[in-house]
Amino acid sequence: MTRVAEAPAALAGARRIRVPYTLVLTLLGLGVGAAATAAIAVGSVPLPPGDVWGILLHRLHPALAEPTWTAVRETIVLDVRLPRVLLCGVVGAGLSVCGMALQALVRNPLADPMLLGVSSGATVGAVLVLVLGVTLLGMFTLPVAAFCGAFLALVLVYFLARSGGRMTTVRLVLSGVATAEVLSAIAGYLVITSGDPHKTESAFRWMLGGLAGTTWDLVWIPASAVLLGTAVLLGVSRPLNLLLAGEEAAASLGLNVHRFRATLFVVVALMVGAVVAVSGAIGFVGLMMPHMVRLLVGADHRRALPAVALLGAGFLILTDLAARSLIAPEEIPIGILTALAGGPFFLWLMRRRAAR
Amino acid sequence: MKPAALRAENISVMVGGRPLVQDVSLEVAPGEVVALVGPNGAGKSTLLRTFYRAVRPTSGRILLDGDDIWLMPGKLLARRLAAVLQEASGEFELTVYDVVAMGRSPYKRAFQGDDADDREIVLGSLDALDVVRLADAPFDRLSGGEKQRVLIARALAQRTGTMVLDEPTNHLDLRHQLDALRLVRRLGVTAVVALHDLNLAAAFCDRICVLNAGRPVADGPPAEVITPELLAEVYQVTAEVSVDPDTKIPQVSVVPELFHRPTGERPC
Repeated sequence: MTRVAEAPAALAGARRIRVPYTLVLTLLGLGVGAAATAAIAVGSVPLPPGDVWGILLHRLHPALAEPTWTAVRETIVLDVRLPRVLLCGVVGAGLSVCGMALQALVRNPLADPMLLGVSSGATVGAVLVLVLGVTLLGMFTLPVAAFCGAFLALVLVYFLARSGGRMTTVRLVLSGVATAEVLSAIAGYLVITSGDPHKTESAFRWMLGGLAGTTWDLVWIPASAVLLGTAVLLGVSRPLNLLLAGEEAAASLGLNVHRFRATLFVVVALMVGAVVAVSGAIGFVGLMMPHMVRLLVGADHRRALPAVALLGAGFLILTDLAARSLIAPEEIPIGILTALAGGPFFLWLMRRRAAR
Repeated sequence: MKPAALRAENISVMVGGRPLVQDVSLEVAPGEVVALVGPNGAGKSTLLRTFYRAVRPTSGRILLDGDDIWLMPGKLLARRLAAVLQEASGEFELTVYDVVAMGRSPYKRAFQGDDADDREIVLGSLDALDVVRLADAPFDRLSGGEKQRVLIARALAQRTGTMVLDEPTNHLDLRHQLDALRLVRRLGVTAVVALHDLNLAAAFCDRICVLNAGRPVADGPPAEVITPELLAEVYQVTAEVSVDPDTKIPQVSVVPELFHRPTGERPC
């Protein structure tokens, strides 16, 4: 039964044709660049892409490009559109990476970052600030409150899901869903009883997600959280793979499943909290992107995590572009667009799995 | 890796106040292959779970070459003892190669990639189980027998001196049942194999340990353990046992109920 000498030939015949990984990564990188360029160029004042790159290069190093543009354009690019596009990329990448890690963590392909109740917690925090009109920390009041809400929800879900030092997948999902429902109800009650239509509208808009009015100060915290978190997840991509094989198999391959899952849950929840605190609840991104990436490069997290970060970033930059240009000068909350795309995707996924 | 001595001392496992395994001791010499047999629910899988650290025994300890396996880091144990579990299915697009490559992870640190040695070991393991041609196929779409062989290949890729196998011949056709057990023998590893098929157990294992309702009821060479009396007591079936005069391997043939009804309770 062993034919070692023939193995390479047999293998060559069996290789399914798959796009080379470096090519996928390069194309995704170029795609993010193109999406970002388009998102910076399009707006109430349209700019030629050449100007966009000129301004960016000039900013990096003055010798790289000769200024041929007006100061207004430079302000639009550097202070208005660039931070928003960057934040979109960070949020998209963060949600997608978290979604992929969570799907492995709970071993359920339908898991989504919004599952942990974290976004509902953030919503309660944000709505409290909006309704009560607190401005304790200036522009940071809202994100800080949202993050605190997210963190409290995380702690709650974490302890509800644990019993006897163990955290089972089913308990995690159920406590996440139940917590999310309760917190959404609280947020809804706060909004309805605020009695101020203006506050109600701003709270409602926050709940649907949106990145309007992003400034540089808001970019750094979520960007560092997403960068750090993604690096951590890349470091544990092997154990993440093991989880896909099942709890017992992972244990037999040397993984302390319960401790690993609990630690990773905290890492992911902190990332989601930092992201949701600035973006509001943007659903379905963390569900859709991991599936597309697995179709492209397979489920091995060492390959899939970098790809999903790029795809998520590109996707959210484009969605945000659509959100602010489809009915300009009005803006559609971005959560509405991702839900419109994500709902049908979810159903397609479900039916595709049922058919197998 | 050299075959190790595996020793379980007075293992008991209680789950929710119910004893699944009670006071089982088992000693396996280096390179010995021991079959674990018994009816459904006898505690075979639970006992094996304590060996690969999926279930912590309520009392007792398990020693691998004298080291308590529950006191060593998980990765170190996974370099010394591999487990073949009953088929696990996922809903993710893992390829057969990915699944077998998991067997190399006990040897890896964070951020450390697979090198040429790893690829060679993975391909060699695939080849030993006759599944190289499936290397790039999605694991989820394989047949039960193919999955089983891939999981054995993964254990092989761990390059351990000891293996624990839970029903490795499940789903396999006759030829691959023989191939799988012959492979375990040929590897020369210390092995504990839970089996349903008594004839396979008798043919391939040095010793047979019989569990019933969580307790050990017999342990010894196949010819001594497999007797009509034991089969009647443990499985509640009437069977004839013939021993091959050359190989001394006992062969069980069960007498169907239809023709012969023993006194006592019905087996169902």
